[in-house]
Amino acid sequence: MRRDPFVQLQDVVVKRRAKAVLGPMNLELSGGGFTIVLGPNGAGKTTLLKVLHGVERVTSGSVTWSVSDKTAQQGQAYVFQSPVMLRRSVRANLAYPLQLLGVSKAEIAERVAHWGARIGLSAVLDFPAPHLSGGEQQKLALARALIRRPDTLFLDEPCANLDGRSTREIEDILCEATQAGARIIMTTHDLGQARRLADRVLFLNKGQVEEQAHADTFFIAPKSSGATAFLNGDIIE
Amino acid sequence: MSGIWAGMVEAFLLVWSLDADLIDITLRSLKVSLSALVIACAVALPLGTWLAIRRFRHRRFVIATLNALMGLPPVVVGLIVYLLLSRAGPFGVLDLLFTPTAMIIAQVIIITPLIASITHQAMRELWSEYHDLLISLNTTHGQRITTLIWDGRRTLMTAALAGFGRAIGEVGAIMIVGGNIDHVTRVLTTAIALETGKGDFALALGLGVVLIALSLCVNLTIHSLSRTEREGRW
Repeated sequence: MRRDPFVQLQDVVVKRRAKAVLGPMNLELSGGGFTIVLGPNGAGKTTLLKVLHGVERVTSGSVTWSVSDKTAQQGQAYVFQSPVMLRRSVRANLAYPLQLLGVSKAEIAERVAHWGARIGLSAVLDFPAPHLSGGEQQKLALARALIRRPDTLFLDEPCANLDGRSTREIEDILCEATQAGARIIMTTHDLGQARRLADRVLFLNKGQVEEQAHADTFFIAPKSSGATAFLNGDIIE
Repeated sequence: MSGIWAGMVEAFLLVWSLDADLIDITLRSLKVSLSALVIACAVALPLGTWLAIRRFRHRRFVIATLNALMGLPPVVVGLIVYLLLSRAGPFGVLDLLFTPTAMIIAQVIIITPLIASITHQAMRELWSEYHDLLISLNTTHGQRITTLIWDGRRTLMTAALAGFGRAIGEVGAIMIVGGNIDHVTRVLTTAIALETGKGDFALALGLGVVLIALSLCVNLTIHSLSRTEREGRW
């Protein structure tokens, strides 16, 4: 059984050039499935994800996982909005995180074959990953994250600029991952996608959590004025 | 023009006749310069990459110094190595002066800053591309350096070839620490200097043509051997 909450943020502040871009923030996240982070541009969604993942240092405050920092870090993966492709083949990109973990060659070959087939890139496993299309690169980045079998997967607008078919394929893979037990924390600008996937919603505005609610509650009856305006498609300044 | 033509003819005759002295000098040139290149790369590639990924106090000063060392005068390097290896010097007991090893040491000192500096420039760009991913994967510094060197290997080939070009064409330092001793430390560049001094311009030019051809051959061979992208497959 997973302990809840799995992560707590206490008085977290992130400043850049003396200006707070996130916080002060107190937040607890719990439960599995999808937690969707919504908010207007500049709300601090990406910063929050990076703080949770530990790749962005907090200026003050603390981030505490229910497990040790090392265990938490090893059980996490992150997919960036613009996929970062290693200048290697598709196969080598998939194998890379497993090599870092010291997984045996036989198991790496097995998992690479599985994920290559799952994302429909079996035929191009030996092609340079940077030469793939945007949609293929995003699927590869997702597979490279999931091949580690993470407990927690962070996704920063994974379907931005993708066509409907690619978006559908990525959502299918994400749903499979949550069914396999992974928890997903994801930012998106696509309200339709948020409605399709979200179990819980975190609404950020100006670096603050304005609302945290179950998806049904949030989309039917948001409590904050900012969330209401956001769902109505109003411009939030 | 007749002198250049005579040099070309001399070079052709030297190669065609498989002149024993020429082969001896050429092989020694290759041995010294390639040895220096391998040692310099072993130091400079990780050093340049490390400088690209690490932030520390006085980092800018270190990089500026490294860049400045690219212009090290070979004669000064030769003099310092000579003093260090001479009988009265701290390493005199090793008895390395006027040996190919001394020449390798001098060349390593000359080309390491050059390779490290070019590596640093190339790796800085790659690191900005890979930064988020490698941090996210919780990689160690060693893993980051290895990954960057492997993925940037084709760019680093330029750095290595620049180092080789400087080493094979170097004359000042190796003349001082090697002594240009026939059949012991004589290489193409010191032989060219000697023949020019003697007034045998045709032979000097012939050796020069051989040197250029050798440099081109090594460059093309390394490029050919290291080519990892073939017909769109990696």
